Amino acid sequence: MASPAVIVIGAGPAGIRAAARLVEAGLRPVLIDENERSGGQIYRRQPAGFTRPASALYGSEAAKAVALHAAADALAPRLDYRPGTLVWGIADGAVLTQRGDRLERLPYAALILCSGATDRIMPLPGWTLPGVYSLGAAQIALKAQACAIGSRVVFMGTGPLLYLVAWQYVKAGATVAAVLDTSPSRRRVLAAAALAARPAVLAQGLRYLAGLRRAGIPVLTGVTPLRIEGHGRVAGVVVSDRAGRERRVEADAVGLGYGLRSETQLADLAKARFGFDAVARQWLPETDADGRSSVPLVYLAGDGAVVRGADAAELAGRLAACAALRDLGHAVPEEEFSRLRAALRPMSRFRQGLENGFPWPGHLAAMLPNETIICRCEAITAGAIRRTVAETGAPEMNRAKSLGRVGMGRCQGRICGLAAAEVIAAARGVPVEEVGQLRGAAPIKPLPLTAELGPDEG
Amino acid sequence: MKADVIIVGGGLMGSATAFFLRRRGLSVILLERDLVGQAATVASFGNIRRQGRFLPQLPLANLSRDLWGRVPELIGEDVEFLASGHLRVCFRDAEIGRMEQYARDCAPYGLKLELISRNALRDRFPYLSPEAVMASYSPLDGHANPRLAAPAFARAARREGAVVVEHAEVVGIARGAEDFVVETRAGTFRAPMVQVSAGAWGQRLSAALGEDVPLTPAGPQMGVTEPAPYRIPEVMGIHTDVTEEGVYLRQVQRGNIVFGGGRRDAASLDTKRATLNPLNTMAQMPHLRRLLPAMAQLRVIRTWSGVEGYLRDDIPVMGPSGVTPGLFYAFGFCGHGFQLGPGVGATMAELIATGRTSVPIEPFHIGRFAAASSTPPGPQRG
Repeated sequence: MASPAVIVIGAGPAGIRAAARLVEAGLRPVLIDENERSGGQIYRRQPAGFTRPASALYGSEAAKAVALHAAADALAPRLDYRPGTLVWGIADGAVLTQRGDRLERLPYAALILCSGATDRIMPLPGWTLPGVYSLGAAQIALKAQACAIGSRVVFMGTGPLLYLVAWQYVKAGATVAAVLDTSPSRRRVLAAAALAARPAVLAQGLRYLAGLRRAGIPVLTGVTPLRIEGHGRVAGVVVSDRAGRERRVEADAVGLGYGLRSETQLADLAKARFGFDAVARQWLPETDADGRSSVPLVYLAGDGAVVRGADAAELAGRLAACAALRDLGHAVPEEEFSRLRAALRPMSRFRQGLENGFPWPGHLAAMLPNETIICRCEAITAGAIRRTVAETGAPEMNRAKSLGRVGMGRCQGRICGLAAAEVIAAARGVPVEEVGQLRGAAPIKPLPLTAELGPDEG
Repeated sequence: MKADVIIVGGGLMGSATAFFLRRRGLSVILLERDLVGQAATVASFGNIRRQGRFLPQLPLANLSRDLWGRVPELIGEDVEFLASGHLRVCFRDAEIGRMEQYARDCAPYGLKLELISRNALRDRFPYLSPEAVMASYSPLDGHANPRLAAPAFARAARREGAVVVEHAEVVGIARGAEDFVVETRAGTFRAPMVQVSAGAWGQRLSAALGEDVPLTPAGPQMGVTEPAPYRIPEVMGIHTDVTEEGVYLRQVQRGNIVFGGGRRDAASLDTKRATLNPLNTMAQMPHLRRLLPAMAQLRVIRTWSGVEGYLRDDIPVMGPSGVTPGLFYAFGFCGHGFQLGPGVGATMAELIATGRTSVPIEPFHIGRFAAASSTPPGPQRG
């Protein structure tokens, strides 16, 4: 078995920059990525043979995308790079990987988790109809396959991604029927001071909004989503507008998302300590300013630690690598630490502005009709969760899961966990932090039973 | 607060005992450290299996099997019990003799097993491995849902009038002039009789009461696949002496296949958590595929463990104290207690209420560890 290396998980902005810093120090790290091509979600690359130019794929972020891809490609020969590989478990100082039918156990000297984020979803009646996608999935369809999710698309939810994806669809020539934002615009005014921490990004966001308006696309803020209608397929979206009037928008597809949630299961398996983050309204692994978790030699960077976006992820990835190098006894100039920490400061402030300007609408969970499905893997409705809480007194997530099966299916609560917590908290009449978080367990994603350790392992 | 009986520990054993004591008219306080059914019960595989057990345990297991069949009428809740049959499967000719011997030996206890070999086995259970050389079929055994069982018995006990106190960790049990005084984090409770059914933590309590036992906590390594069409009613396990090969599985009606077996991993009485080591999951997979080849098409979606207590001789502590009148034990069921749960509850309630039991439980008496160390044969697995 190979001697332990520094292992970086995730080849997005944070992971690539972390790996690059380790290579600069003369190491040959292992870089493991679930995708076949590096770049992460935001700078996702097309499969081989697709030829849309970077400017069309990444818009204003094209230069950063090209630079990051170039860095990753230049780095590849100096790494033990393992694309298309799932890290499904962590045990006894080693990560457990799966690619196809092959399992491997890779011990690590240090572990840098750059696991990224996925969409935050608040269910509503009709959200499981064919034609409903997460915002992230709508964007992947466009970036990776040059496909739109429908011929008349409604984007609903909140957060900067809502406007970005809508704008990317407009630019790509798709018909966007409406942008429906649950956050009232006054929230953005209140958050303006924090958002001004990154003026260029703020200006970019305002340009997307202006572009959407110029294209004649209705943009409604402060809406309350009521339902997605259709028989066997999306036919329309019904919301209650700011004034409380019901509004129906015809559509054959919906892109749905309320900001991003950090993917934290690997940190949980590494036994990192978590705390409830009042800004993100999510349990997050605790880190110091440089990305050290509570577990020695386990580090976190990028949106998997806290959602601050791609620019911050590049900095945080490098910073976490610096911390790992220093902890392993390599010399890292103090100046590098202070420069990276300083560069991250406005990004943390901006992130607070975003979360306050586009808040997670947890309160909507209390209003969901009983028949709304929350956990789609196990087909558990809001009413079933409320019954479990009422009849069994389940006080927290893991008990509600054990007795009522919410979050027990293929996704292990990655999709439904935040909304289920809100439903439980509302049913109990307590703040959401009091219902805890689902405990993680390997495999964090489904593991084929055909998979086996290679002959030289075990 | 005072009652006829205090039960320490709200797993399946304590919850079922509380229920049956109420049926006999005794007043009961059930004290649970955390929430009912969170430690060993919830980690159980859910096997309602009699075959393969230590033979003197069969009368108790038979009683329990009858009670499982009547659970909905007894407690008014369904815990997903299915008498769908149980198969022990062996892959080596050398094991055939032992399988035949067990089938002969258990018959006088009223357990009728059917031995099926090779071609007949494939005709009858076509989803079984073609390498299987023999299976022992117990048609009236089956499985139930361990996540639901203990809370359902505790709720039923409460409906029958038992006082169920959760978050009441016991910090001391003392024998007073008339009553036991049980100090907990939720107050002081008194009763002339006490049952310790605290699972892996039972040893700490029995030792404090002057009766130490050789108990080791450990965690079973459980997992479940994504759902597939419901095709396999029988619970099945591999009959083998090789620990790693000894996997078992059952398909629930929702379609998922629950599995366990092979090596166990560490469990901590202090953190109250048992380790699920994913390396054990990896080690289970080839044996699961061997037992049920179609399983290769599925994916594992979830794993878990829980804190179980194992006695040195692999059979539980059950019965009256050897030294203190009014004190009773039912703990340390060594990973095979789930099937016994209702039977243990009924039998302990009978013992506490009448001083006698209709099924023999002498082999499980705690006094066996006080006498010169002798090791009776433990149960076979699978």
